Amino acid sequence: MSLLAISDLKVSIGGKEILRGVDLDLRAGRVHGLAGESGSGKTMTGLAVLGLLPHGARTSGRIALGERDLLAMPAKELNTVRGGEVAMVFQDPATSLHPMLSVGRQLTEHMRHHLGLDKKQARARALELLGQVRIPGPEGAIDRYPHQFSGGMRQRIAIAIALACSPKVLIADEPTTALDVTVQAGVLRLLRGLCDDLGLAVLLVTHDLGVMSAVADEVSVMKEGLVVETGPRGQVLRDPTHPYTRALLESLPGETS
Amino acid sequence: MTLLTVDDLVVEHRTPGRPLVRAVAGASLTVAAGEVVGLVGESGCGKSTLARAVCGLNPAASGTITFDGHPVTPLGLRRRDRALAGIQMVFQDPYASLNPRRRVGAQIADGLRTAGDTVTAPADLLERVGLPRDFAGRHPHEFSGGQRQRIAIARALAARPTMLIGDEPISALDASAQAQVARLMRDLAVESGAGLLFISHDLSVVRLIADRIAVMYLGKIVEVGRTAEVWADPRHPYTKALLGAIPAPDGAGVLPAELSGDVPDPADPPPGCRFHPRCPVAMDVCREREPAFGPVACWLHEPA
Repeated sequence: MSLLAISDLKVSIGGKEILRGVDLDLRAGRVHGLAGESGSGKTMTGLAVLGLLPHGARTSGRIALGERDLLAMPAKELNTVRGGEVAMVFQDPATSLHPMLSVGRQLTEHMRHHLGLDKKQARARALELLGQVRIPGPEGAIDRYPHQFSGGMRQRIAIAIALACSPKVLIADEPTTALDVTVQAGVLRLLRGLCDDLGLAVLLVTHDLGVMSAVADEVSVMKEGLVVETGPRGQVLRDPTHPYTRALLESLPGETS
Repeated sequence: MTLLTVDDLVVEHRTPGRPLVRAVAGASLTVAAGEVVGLVGESGCGKSTLARAVCGLNPAASGTITFDGHPVTPLGLRRRDRALAGIQMVFQDPYASLNPRRRVGAQIADGLRTAGDTVTAPADLLERVGLPRDFAGRHPHEFSGGQRQRIAIARALAARPTMLIGDEPISALDASAQAQVARLMRDLAVESGAGLLFISHDLSVVRLIADRIAVMYLGKIVEVGRTAEVWADPRHPYTKALLGAIPAPDGAGVLPAELSGDVPDPADPPPGCRFHPRCPVAMDVCREREPAFGPVACWLHEPA
């Protein structure tokens, strides 16, 4: 069943067309990978779902979350969806976390807002979340600050924050690009595990086809604001039909010929 | 011809109230003219400290760094030795390394003045890094991360370096600008006959541009070799783990292997081989004695 359906999404900023009709279908418990080079519009697609497009962006089309259209939603209503039902993890945990607020504060703030929990309940949930993303010693970690953690741990915290309000849809924009490969492996396993256990629909935006191959179930390839190919992982990466996908795969260094 | 020699270098960080951290604990490395050496390792392994020591930004506690026959001395208040101005560095974060209040052209002109170059204009250098000439009159905030890093490269090149150092020059950039900027650095260094020491945690980019690769773990270089050879046949268990963690784009849906455990605290390294607590093939000797030899510092590959 499709949780989030993007159909014919068009975005233009300052008269320039950034997205020219994107169709995507996210399903519960599946990771949908979105590949493409810089400027192809993959990040914009993610931002459009959350209504985080830059000022002056004009949109058309439909982003359906269940029965509701996120694009047509008034700002106030969108605020209840954003961070609640739809959450996002950004590329660089060093900048996406607030440096001067403790991890506990950042984890509980939106929970208290969206779910109306009291301080104690929110803290208990925060501890549970930190355990879920496998931060060692949650009781000690919750009162510390982002700079006291390594990059991989910070990204885990960012994921915990995104999961706090039990979202149905998680948008991960290059979540492992800023991490070491050994740490990346851990975060990818975590993402895959969360997707399977919680039945999340994940939109994974990444330029790294290796990462895509490791965790995505479906893969879409974008070029110049259009999705040029969509299909199951094995088919798109092994036997691409679109020449652009083939070119992307061939440009990778190494034995894969 | 060997341009830069780092021999048994030790760099220590002292923080009051904290134990002494040996960020670089006896590392040796050479870079030849026209050669690209990639230095890789996890964050916190001492790669950046090594690079900063080569520039004289961190003093060496012991060991030597020789550049073109001259010993590298720590940078002080006095003017840098002319001979050492041949080492230039491109820093990690172009948002912090460019002066926000000065025009880009003026910052590049600083480099030209260092080299005593009165013929080249800053705009020429912008052209070399693939930017329009008229950018020289603008300020850094007008540019994207990738453009800023190109400007930082232009500034480093302006001083006519024979040794270019990139300290994670691509990690602050947008994912898709990374390979471009890395290739640009390689091409510009090789073209001018300079050596390039390229530090990165991104192995796929290093593979793309480096002639030789050095793998660092907790302050030590554990394996050095030609990039293709290391890639095809990694010998140190750490190198194997590092390469094994890179997911292959084969569409098979295999999650990459996770290296168990965390990087130990560099203030309190484990005895014996530094990698033994995380090593899948650790032996008794690994817990007791440190393998102090190259090119592969592992008891499994002890030279005869």
